[in-house]
Amino acid sequence: MEMTDKRTITVSVNGTKHTKEVPVRITLADFIRYELGLTGTHLGCEHGVCGACTILLDGRSARSCLMLAVQADGHEVLTVEGIAPGPDALHPLQEAFRDNHGLQCGFCTPGMLTTLLEFLGDNPDPTEQEVRVAISGNLCRCTGYQGIVLAALDAAKRMKAGRA
Amino acid sequence: MKPPPFQYHDPKTLAEAVGLLGTLDNAKLLAGGQSLMPMLNMRFVLPDHVIDLNLVEGMAGIKETDGVLEIGAMTRQRELEFSDLVAAKCPLLHQALMHVGHRQTRNRGTIGGSLCHLDPAAELVTVCMAHDATIAVAGPGGTREIAFADFPAGYLTPAIELNEIVTAIRIPVWPAGHKAAFIEFSRRHGDFAIVSAAALLQIDGGRITRASLTIGGVAVAPVRATEVEQAIVGQAPTSELFAKVCESCRSFEAMADIHASAEYRQHLAVVLARRALEKAADLADNAPWNRAH
Ligand SMILES: Cc1cc2nc3c(=O)[nH]c(=O)nc-3n(C[C@@H](O)[C@H](O)[C@H](O)COP(=O)(O)OP(=O)(O)OC[C@H]3O[C@@H](n4cnc5c(N)ncnc54)[C@H](O)[C@@H]3O)c2cc1C
Ligand code: FES
Ligand code: FES
Repeated sequence: MEMTDKRTITVSVNGTKHTKEVPVRITLADFIRYELGLTGTHLGCEHGVCGACTILLDGRSARSCLMLAVQADGHEVLTVEGIAPGPDALHPLQEAFRDNHGLQCGFCTPGMLTTLLEFLGDNPDPTEQEVRVAISGNLCRCTGYQGIVLAALDAAKRMKAGRA
Repeated sequence: MKPPPFQYHDPKTLAEAVGLLGTLDNAKLLAGGQSLMPMLNMRFVLPDHVIDLNLVEGMAGIKETDGVLEIGAMTRQRELEFSDLVAAKCPLLHQALMHVGHRQTRNRGTIGGSLCHLDPAAELVTVCMAHDATIAVAGPGGTREIAFADFPAGYLTPAIELNEIVTAIRIPVWPAGHKAAFIEFSRRHGDFAIVSAAALLQIDGGRITRASLTIGGVAVAPVRATEVEQAIVGQAPTSELFAKVCESCRSFEAMADIHASAEYRQHLAVVLARRALEKAADLADNAPWNRAH
């Protein structure tokens, strides 16, 4: 069998279109990290359990270690690098993480942020319990989750105020 | 932890997909990838060809015709979770979905993929058993339908041929006003259940007129508690009745693994069966064993 079956794909990542030839077997996570050099998307387990690699595909959260890069052809990807409105500003969700000790080592943070970005869009006024369920697919070894939950609830308020 | 080399195919029609599956050697279908991709990354499966179903036209959608909910195999679990039609017509499926993985996995994972992966504790498998669903498949010889009771052929193995593709799931809907409850025991939210219970009840004039009780995670495929179903039809729903008849679930043949012993699974079968029936019959809060002492 041909070992290097390849395809040319065009993927929009954080608003920029990238056209690249990739081996069909590489995951979307490896495409983002190694082909595009966007190493904010972290790989903790590479089998769907930890949530660190979560990105938004057409606005929907997905584990990028469980998708092939070729499956993103023609789609829009948002990674943690694309969340802030600009180089000198943070998204209210990121500010809330900073202010509520929502991160320590930061390994889980990209996945937490992308997961919560979608969740707070679906559910702008969540309860604490709903937040805990929303991040149940994201493992954090540092914070004990308390700061992350507080950050998410705080972010919901900030985002609502921003819309008002 | 990278997928092994394979050739990638992305057919646009079902006929094309069936053609590829029927002619390529050692091919694997890719649906939501939430079970297959981990198995590829861990090299548990080494296909020469991956046939991606994500671009095949007409394999996703939810509709109701003549009392049957027809769901395309490629319908994402998220679409089912947020479907008003599912919530109204098949509350058991709606409740069960809230236990299937996480938002990130439901955004990709499909109903067909979950049924074909056929994990013994998969919630959607339990729901299909509870509802006497029918599975529609397409192969080189045409299409056929499989009653869900005949769908599990063994551990992680559906009763479809290597050249067949599941195209749709047909769920006969219970009459409006029926009661449904899906509960499970798992170590963490979003994990596969260790044991789950699905109850459907129709109650008319204070008596149970129809009952379905299914226990998942105990054996390689979910089992219907037919003894309980028969014993409660015609009776008034009470916690005492449910407690008495659910004892029979202790005799289910049970598997043992790293998560739980066979005896513990049998114990959970008894307890969850009773709780599911109580919840369906709106008795849960007032059951003697749930009252504050
Ligand atoms: C972190 C995590 C937690 C999870 N938790 C749960 C849980 O609590 N409960 C649960 O039930 N599941 C859970 N899952 C698995 C669930 O998300 C998957 O959706 C499901 O098991 C497989 O569906 P899929 O669409 O992703 O299929 P895939 O992974 O793409 O395919 C699964 C198998 O089915 C075959 N297949 C797929 N579609 C068809 C078809 N139409 N015809 C014939 N064969 C087909 C494939 O070839 C493959 O062998 C979890 C997954 C992860 C990553
Ligand atoms: S790296 Fe993708 S879920 Fe852990
Ligand atoms: S901050 Fe270290 S893993 Fe979450």
